[in-house]
Amino acid sequence: MKSRWAPIIKTMPRRGPLPNLEDYAKACAGFSWEEARRELAGLPGGGGLNIAYEAVDRHVDAGFGGRVAIRWIGKHGDVRDYTYAQLKILSDRFANVLGGLGIGKGDPVFALCGRIPELYIATLGSLKNRSVFCPLFSAFGPEPIRSRLSIGEAKLLVTTESLYNRKIAALRDSLPALQRVLIIRDGAVRGEEMAGTVDYDRAMEGASERFSISPTSPEDRALLHFTSGTTGFPKGAVHVHDAAVAHHATGRFALDMKPGDVFWCTADPGWVTGTSYGIIAPLTNGITNLVVESEFDPEQWLDILEREKVSVWYTAPTAIRMLMKGGAAPVKRRRYPALRLLASVGEALNPEAVVWGREAFGLPFHDNWWQTETGGIMISNFASMDVRPGSMGRPIPGIEAAIVRRTENGGAEEIREPDVQGELALRPGWPSMFRAYWNEPERYRQCFAGGFYLTGDLARRDEDGYFWFIGRSDDVIKSSGHLIGPFEVESALLEHEAVAEAAAIGVPDPVAGELVKAFVTLKPGYAGSPELQRGILGLARSRLGAAVAPKEIEFRSALPRTRSGKIMRRLLKAQALGLPEGDLSTLEVPS
Amino acid sequence: MSEPRKSGKDLKEAVLRILGEIAPDADLSRLKPDENLREALDIDSMDFLRFASKIEQELGVPVPESDYRKLGTLAACVRYLEAASKIPSSTPAPFGRFVA
Repeated sequence: MKSRWAPIIKTMPRRGPLPNLEDYAKACAGFSWEEARRELAGLPGGGGLNIAYEAVDRHVDAGFGGRVAIRWIGKHGDVRDYTYAQLKILSDRFANVLGGLGIGKGDPVFALCGRIPELYIATLGSLKNRSVFCPLFSAFGPEPIRSRLSIGEAKLLVTTESLYNRKIAALRDSLPALQRVLIIRDGAVRGEEMAGTVDYDRAMEGASERFSISPTSPEDRALLHFTSGTTGFPKGAVHVHDAAVAHHATGRFALDMKPGDVFWCTADPGWVTGTSYGIIAPLTNGITNLVVESEFDPEQWLDILEREKVSVWYTAPTAIRMLMKGGAAPVKRRRYPALRLLASVGEALNPEAVVWGREAFGLPFHDNWWQTETGGIMISNFASMDVRPGSMGRPIPGIEAAIVRRTENGGAEEIREPDVQGELALRPGWPSMFRAYWNEPERYRQCFAGGFYLTGDLARRDEDGYFWFIGRSDDVIKSSGHLIGPFEVESALLEHEAVAEAAAIGVPDPVAGELVKAFVTLKPGYAGSPELQRGILGLARSRLGAAVAPKEIEFRSALPRTRSGKIMRRLLKAQALGLPEGDLSTLEVPS
Repeated sequence: MSEPRKSGKDLKEAVLRILGEIAPDADLSRLKPDENLREALDIDSMDFLRFASKIEQELGVPVPESDYRKLGTLAACVRYLEAASKIPSSTPAPFGRFVA
């Protein structure tokens, strides 16, 4: 099975210094997680391992407190630098604020805000306090926010005035576990005190700037990231402090982080990439992490790449394809002498985009693959390795990836011959593997079989060990790199008085990969009209937010169901794609 | 293919109509002219792309990627469309360009 895209051969001399991972085979042979763990300092006095200590304090202790840890670029163009020493003080203060509010070890602390400095301070401070930190995407509507706060039993929420008023205030009564809300002022409600909330600035001012991190076991819970499945509500993947070992090592191997680098990960911390690589990995590696508050804008992003002398850029297929729409000329108008690695994640990057990177920037995009559950990059194209456009690359040293088929007795067996499609699976045991779904042991158990973690992604491996993504084995939708559960979308649509049934699928889109499209049937007495379409769409948007709500709604007189009554999203998808509809023997024909 | 030049008011109404199709949940009567559209109406990047392409298709004004930042607010959109309508075009747009 040969790709029609020629490999991109990495020849000497290359731009910039030699990659950290110079020789793939050698790096794999000589790797152990125990040794990778020794790259981190550990808490002083043998107190265990704490992500925030590795990310911030240890650099200050080592005399690098004056380095810029975070360069923040606000949406109005304002720039603020935070050194490691400043970040230590601010995260210490935040940890003390939590303690003062009665929030302790293992307590879930949630954040709902844009990419503002306080988000990064809250993340690190919560980790120091050994609370479990869960950042939520601020573009979620009230319903995804409510379900995640509720499932994750949030005890404290950090948010802004405006988001609180728009999305939280009305939910407070339905969230009995939520004891405290810390409010970051953004001028939305000037001078007004908001009942039942605590002012962030005032709490920070009143807190001590010295905090001593208590002993932290590497297996203590640290982070909670929600992800979606085909059925049911979102599930919260739990990661532990030991995950920092993988964040750090993959930052070095896959993203080639080196001292002096300016690293820019465009993902929002509300998605796992934006935390593992938008906060933790660059900081444990002691480099400057660029944080850009505003959403994608082609001219502005290119300006930032040039002006900030970004050395490694980690972005997403949707952003790359949006840049491609504008052509290579705007990219070529600027100079990027510091830029030496372009990387992409979120969904499989199409080969055209990989190659376009070389045309526009003089560098190919390096795709990599991982999921919320894996906590860090698992399979990657490396700076030193030839790129096969369209492939996700080869496993990170220390990761054993396989293609498996599920067996009838609930097991899984490895497919060893190359180029056979199966489910992508990983041998458990890497440090950033999720340790649980919050309060859902059964759902967690179901992810493992035959000694593997089963990823739900279909893939093949070629004879040289490169993995190629094929599709999902379930019905989840991947839009702009974000996983969306159809059930969550359908539940919101069913709230509309006119909707009898709903089914949400992903339809192909040249920029987003997939867009959410919903098919609905109407209750008797309702007729499909553009007004009703807008009404249903409006309700879905107000409940779910733009990131999750459908972009298109189609009326149907009936939805295809199996004989057991399950709506067949796959059939709707096959119809939408104009594909063969497969075996329809279990289909109920609507009368 | 020529039609009377649209006034600022017509252009504003056209922009609001398109925004209403993309974000039917938004209360457009409360949208201030200088408010950031993406924030005020909860419009994400994909919504914005659709907004730009609807402006192209329905108002016949091409919007290159590099101009997206000029469509940040309602007032900015109207200014952009007004300026675009003053540039004579040698090739008629499929849906009727505003001709000066």
